[in-house]
Amino acid sequence: MLKFEHVSKVYKGGKRAVNDLNLEIEKGEFICFIGPSGCGKTTTMKMINRLIEPTEGSIFINGKNIMERDPVQLRREIGYVIQQIGLFPHMTIQENISLVLKLLKWPEAKRRERARELLKLVDLTPDYLEKYPHELSGGQQQRIGVLRALAADQPLILMDEPFGALDPITRDSLQEEFKKLQRKLDKTIVFVTHDMDEAIKLADRIVIMRDGQIVQCDTPDDILRNPANEFVEEFIGKDRLVQARPNIQTVEQIMNPKPVTITPEHSLSEAIQLMKQCRVDSLLVVDEKKVLTGFIDVEMIDQKRKKANLVKDIVETEIFTVEKDTLVRDTVRKILKRGMKYVPVVDHNHHLVGIVTRASLVDIVYDSIWGEVETDEISKIG
Amino acid sequence: MDTIKDILFYYTQNGSYVWEQFYRHFLMSAYGVLFAAIVAIPLGILIARYHKLSAWVISLANIIQTIPALAMLAVLMLVMGLGTDTVVFSLFLYSLLPIIKNTYTGIRNVDHALLESGKAMGMTKFQVLRMVEIPLAMSVIMAGLRTALVITIGIATIGTFIGAGGLGDIILRGTNVTDGTAIILAGAIPTALMAVIADFVMGWLERKLSPNKKRKGALKKNIEEQAA
Repeated sequence: MLKFEHVSKVYKGGKRAVNDLNLEIEKGEFICFIGPSGCGKTTTMKMINRLIEPTEGSIFINGKNIMERDPVQLRREIGYVIQQIGLFPHMTIQENISLVLKLLKWPEAKRRERARELLKLVDLTPDYLEKYPHELSGGQQQRIGVLRALAADQPLILMDEPFGALDPITRDSLQEEFKKLQRKLDKTIVFVTHDMDEAIKLADRIVIMRDGQIVQCDTPDDILRNPANEFVEEFIGKDRLVQARPNIQTVEQIMNPKPVTITPEHSLSEAIQLMKQCRVDSLLVVDEKKVLTGFIDVEMIDQKRKKANLVKDIVETEIFTVEKDTLVRDTVRKILKRGMKYVPVVDHNHHLVGIVTRASLVDIVYDSIWGEVETDEISKIG
Repeated sequence: MDTIKDILFYYTQNGSYVWEQFYRHFLMSAYGVLFAAIVAIPLGILIARYHKLSAWVISLANIIQTIPALAMLAVLMLVMGLGTDTVVFSLFLYSLLPIIKNTYTGIRNVDHALLESGKAMGMTKFQVLRMVEIPLAMSVIMAGLRTALVITIGIATIGTFIGAGGLGDIILRGTNVTDGTAIILAGAIPTALMAVIADFVMGWLERKLSPNKKRKGALKKNIEEQAA
C-alpha cells in the first residue's frame, strides 16, 4: 500500500530530519509513528501527502511514486486530521465535512447525503449539519475532523496527534470509537503521536523513531516484550514494562531465591531458634541435595514438641509447590484462591530453588503501581 | 435658537442644492475608497504572501498618510489640474493605508492550522485564498474600508478649494460671509452625519461578514424550517 524507500529529508542548514527511512505499510494497517519531539515523525507523515517534499528517496502509494503525481490530486485522495482540528469556522458542519467532495466536484445533493451518512458513524444527529464549528465541544469537533478525512472514502488517512488537544476522558472515548471505525471501514492509517498509551491502544504496528531513523518497528506486544534497546525501554517507560511483565514473567523472576530451610536431622529447638532469627513462622524442609521434602511451622512444633525431638518427626510432607517456569499470573491466582501464605518454587527435579510469598505479591502490585523494582527486599516466609 | 432657525431656513431655501452637494461629496469619497480597494486589497494579499515586501509597502502608505490634506491637494493640482478627479485621486491615496494594512493583517491572522488543513485536503493555492483566507479575513478587510471611508468623507470637504464641489462648498461659503455660523453648520452637519451613517453601515456589514457570527442567520433558518 505505502512504501518508503531510502527516504531522507534535509532542511535548510543541513539538519537531517529524516534519514534513510525504509518502511512498508500494508493495506488496512494502523501504524503509529512515535518518538520524542524532533525525531522526524511528523515530517515523515507529511511527506506522504507532499506537504513536505522528500529530499532523497521515494515514496510509493500502491506502487506509484508520489513525486510523479499532481500534489493537489494526491492530497484529495488522502485523508488528513490534525491536532488543532482545523474546521473552517465560516462553514457549517455539513460544508466542512463535504469540502473535499466539493473540491472533487460532487453535486450538491450527493454531498449533503454523504455528510448525513457520515454523521451517523459517530452518533451525531443530523441537526448538527447546520451548526457551526464553534457551537460544538472539542470532542465533537474532532469527530467532525475525522469524518472530513473519511468523506471521499479515502483509503489512506494521515493523523497528526489528532486527540492530543482533548481532555483525557474525551480522548479515551474518541480513541475507542475511532479504533472501531477503522476496523469497520478497513482504512490504512498513519498516526503520529507522542503518547505511548495511545499508540499501544490503537496501533497494529508501532514505529519508534529517533533522530530521523526507525529504532524499532513492531507490534505493541513485541515492543513491550522485546524492546530493541535502552532508548526504546526508556521511551516506553518502566511502568509500562512492569505492567506488561505480570503476564509474561515466570515465577523464577519474582521469587525469593533464598528461602529459610532446615534439614530433617536438626532438632526442634534449633528450628525454633532459626525461625526466631529469621522472623518467620514456617521452615521448608530439604535434604542434603536440596530436594524439598516438606515444611514445618510454629504451630506444629508447639503441639508436638513434647513427643518429638527432630524436625523429621513432625514434618508435613503434603505441600503445594510450583515449578520455576510457571507464569506468575497463574501462581498469583493459586495463592489468592487457596489462601496460602507462600508457595515453594522447585525445579523439574523437585529441588527447592526459591519461594513466592504474599510479600512478593505485594511487590508485584507495588511495582505495577509505582514502578519501583526492589526485588532484593522480598521478605522471608510469612 | 436663531441659529437653528437660520439653518432650517437655509435648508428650505437651498434643499436641492444641499442634497446635490451631499450626493457629490459622497460619490467622491466612495469612488476614492472603491478605487483604493481595487488596488489595496490585492496588494494587501500580495504582501501577506511575500511579507518581505510588507515593510516597504506599508511604510510607503504611511508616508502618504502623513502629508497634510491641503498640501496633497495643492501638489496634485499642479499635475492634474482643478476638479473632481484630483480630489478623488487624493482620497484614493489616503484610503490606501487602512485598506492595505487591514487586508494584510486579516490574511496574516488566519489560523495556520486552517491553511494547512485546506492545503492538505487538496485545495489549490487559489482555492485556499478564495475559500479560506478571504472569507476569514473579510471582516477585518471591511474594517479597513470603514476606516478609509470615514477618513475620506472628512478630507473631501477640502476638495472645494480646487473646485470639486461637495459639502465643503457650503462650509467655505459660510466662512466667507459675515455671521455665517448657520451656513457653516448647514454644511458641517450633513458631513458629520454622512460620516456617522457610513461608519454605522460599514460596521453592520463588517459584523455581517464576520465568520463567527453566523449563528443568528442559521437559527432563523432553522426556525423557519420548523415552522414550514
